[in-house]
Amino acid sequence: MTDAHATPPAPSVIGNPAVILDARAKVAGRGSYTDDLSVPGMLIGRILHSPHAHARILSIDASRALALPGVAAVASGSDAPVPYGILPIGHDECVFAVDKARYIGDNVAAVAASSAEIAERALDLLRVEYEPLPAWFDPEQSMCAESHWIHQDRPRNIEKEYHHVFGDPEAGFGRADFLASERYFAGEVNHAAMEPHATLAIWDPDERLIVYSSTQVPYYLHRTLSEVCDMPMSRIRVIKPLVGSGFGGKSEVNPLEVAAAVLARKAKKPVKIVYTREEVFYAHRGRPRTIVDLKAGITREGKLSAVVARVVQDGGAYCGFGPVTVLYSGALLGAIYDIPNVRFDGYRVLTNKPACGAMRGHGTVNVRFAFEAMLDRLACDANLDPADVRRRNLLRAPCTTPNGLRVTSYGLPECIERVVEQSGWSQKRGKLPLGRGIGIACSHYVSGAANPIVRSKLPHTTVNLRIARDGAVTLYSGAADIGQGSDTMQIQIVAEVLGIRPARIKLVAADTELTPMDLGSYSSRVTFMVGNACLDAARKARSRIVEAAAARLNCPATALKAANEVISSERDANTCLSFAEAAALAIGSDEALVTQGVYAPPAEARGGDFKGAGVGPSPSYSYSTQTAEVTVDLETGHVRVDRIVAAHDCGKALNPPAVEGQIIGSVYMGFGQAMQEEMIWCDGRLMNPSLLEYRLPTTLENPHIKSIIVESLDPEGPFGAKEAGEGSLAATIPAIANAIYDAVGVRINSIPFSAEKVLAAIREKERRVPGAAPDGAK
Amino acid sequence: MPEDAIRLSVNGETREIHAPPHRLLLDALREDLGLTGSKRGCDDSSCGACAILADGVPILSCAALAVSCQDCEITTVEGLAGTESGPDSLDPAQQGFVECAGAQCGFCTPGFLVSTVALLRRNPNPSLDEIREALSSNLCRCTGYMQIYESVQYAAQKYLTRAPQQPIPRIEAADD
Repeated sequence: MTDAHATPPAPSVIGNPAVILDARAKVAGRGSYTDDLSVPGMLIGRILHSPHAHARILSIDASRALALPGVAAVASGSDAPVPYGILPIGHDECVFAVDKARYIGDNVAAVAASSAEIAERALDLLRVEYEPLPAWFDPEQSMCAESHWIHQDRPRNIEKEYHHVFGDPEAGFGRADFLASERYFAGEVNHAAMEPHATLAIWDPDERLIVYSSTQVPYYLHRTLSEVCDMPMSRIRVIKPLVGSGFGGKSEVNPLEVAAAVLARKAKKPVKIVYTREEVFYAHRGRPRTIVDLKAGITREGKLSAVVARVVQDGGAYCGFGPVTVLYSGALLGAIYDIPNVRFDGYRVLTNKPACGAMRGHGTVNVRFAFEAMLDRLACDANLDPADVRRRNLLRAPCTTPNGLRVTSYGLPECIERVVEQSGWSQKRGKLPLGRGIGIACSHYVSGAANPIVRSKLPHTTVNLRIARDGAVTLYSGAADIGQGSDTMQIQIVAEVLGIRPARIKLVAADTELTPMDLGSYSSRVTFMVGNACLDAARKARSRIVEAAAARLNCPATALKAANEVISSERDANTCLSFAEAAALAIGSDEALVTQGVYAPPAEARGGDFKGAGVGPSPSYSYSTQTAEVTVDLETGHVRVDRIVAAHDCGKALNPPAVEGQIIGSVYMGFGQAMQEEMIWCDGRLMNPSLLEYRLPTTLENPHIKSIIVESLDPEGPFGAKEAGEGSLAATIPAIANAIYDAVGVRINSIPFSAEKVLAAIREKERRVPGAAPDGAK
Repeated sequence: MPEDAIRLSVNGETREIHAPPHRLLLDALREDLGLTGSKRGCDDSSCGACAILADGVPILSCAALAVSCQDCEITTVEGLAGTESGPDSLDPAQQGFVECAGAQCGFCTPGFLVSTVALLRRNPNPSLDEIREALSSNLCRCTGYMQIYESVQYAAQKYLTRAPQQPIPRIEAADD
């Protein structure tokens, strides 16, 4: 390397737009998702689902199905009787129901055949004898059940209950000048990721299992397959191809993943199972229907004095993530603001419906709706500006909240200011014509759970970095990119630290045979945790390369920088070596330079020691503020959301277009839940198990969404970054609710805000105040 | 079920498959011809991920029989590249989705690209409302659509000028 001046300085990789790694393959139709894979001799699997919501299984006769030409295997409960579940405290489901089916759609048996048509015919030939049992569909009735419990070891169908008190809520209410007490409802929603779940399981002649699956959690799938199939993890390989998004729906092991493995082992052939969209809805694991009884008080000055919440979640028939979901609803209830007195009573209730689970904004969304809607109401009662009330209740970060959450960076004040300014809040609130309104709300979320699902002292993630003699860099990471761009983020971090072009780096990802353990893509943990591990590995490599260069260039290592593919002196750019030359020196007589990066949250971020304290703690929290503008049709009650302005504190935007995509995508999903999405049940049967009837928002309904990035630079995040993918969702719903109030003076306490509910509320208001136009908010 | 020879013209090539008459075009493309770019996201023609061009018109390949498409020129997402400026180059619509972050998980992207190409051939300079209308049969769960609109506008500029463009201004609501 002779003339470093020949090339202009490379712009920083971090903070500049980066095209996602596999974008070109995706637009060319070359992206390979699990259902795109096929191997010679591959069988197609289909699953038989229970037609009963609650029924004992008396017998299964597979003889006629097995006699059908083309059928290779039939599996049922006795083939895989080991119970599993994502939480160690909730191993309550088997891949095929062993004693009884617990919801319509529960998995009873499965068939592998040479074609989908034959597999489906074989399902029709399976004879299952059921004894129907009384079933529970309403959580408030279910939690009073005296008999016919869904799981015998869960009396009164209560999966878990938690009771937390911080400070003195009653004394807090005594100091309040304005009190509100309301019941809020939120309907059940599904992730509706565009890619239906798919798994290809290959039984190797050496008695090994290779599983390709659309999963957010290759590691947990690996563990579960090992337990259920009673095979050591070393004989199972899990590979995550491209995943057509997840939003939490692929963050625990889904029955088809185990079913494909069991069938492949039984048939000794590869088996692929792909869910139909109807099966995706019945596999579910989405956001539970939630009842929130909320009470809050503020002083005349707008200071929150206490909040009390009782939360009942309609969890469905199995535990899944349930206890975590209900704990999140309590842990993040008060922690966004400075609230000294908080009481939380949470109940996760079993019902004879598909199990709920983690969905974007896990556990926090429905309670955040209730809280932010109530805060708006209290602000109006106190004749205060709702934006101002939020300003008066800010935390003084860094701090620790009463429930033990450590807050290290806090961009909420800036989020509020930016949104107020960009939305024209002051000119609009209370001043728009009747039928038009604006509302504001805030939300927050964890940047990764500080405690792993399976308690352990091991790192939450490990990455390996290998630099070859020719300067080629390979990163081995178990992180699961599901479309959010986390693979690109990892490459950006390594490129930035080593001062090299991203194109020099190859990523080997999410293959348990090749990549070290990562816990998975859930709780918005990947940027913070895997990003920090990449930083660690890259810094270790840089230090060895720079030391080798320093020895050759005869100058102190501290005088050298790594940038623009060159290791050069800070003072004299001509004193330099190319990255590849310096790397070769550092490698010496070794085969390659290999470093390992790890991340584990610090002990002080892991929360308190009360029962349930493990959920909610995170090394860092994101913050969001949003305004929504709506137009309400006074004749029909129809609400059109015109515009949403969303500011999100992501710490530092490593890849700004990807961050904006996450903010806008979260707002879109919040909008869908607020306005039109709801799973409608009738005696345990889903009335709308298709995208059309479930009413996923299209381009025609979706509002204009403006995203604003706020960067608070978290002291522990990689380059200051924290989460961007979930925290914005929860603010959208209450912002819309509060905008409806501003438009027509009615408060809708039930999600979704359908035209029927809004019209009924407008009529009710007119009835109470005869002759008055619904202008209460004006 | 008897299997007949079905002759399809796909991405400029004539291909013959043997399949029963009820074979869906989507299955013929994905399973018989190995063209897995078109995706199945639903069971009832509601997601748009399987859209293809039949004689330039976007249709859902999950709602068409392969036998009934024997007289059409079929273009799948795999056939979009190279039509504008050489065999290795992406179509401007594809470039737009790359440059403007219009693809996140990418599963819906093939359908959106097909709808985008059909729109821009019909209307090279669409308004935002015309873009929304033209894409309303395609569902995306990741993006919230905003960066998809930008991708389409980027492509429209490229189609119009057939020249490399600077990044286009962001879409803003009228009162921004």
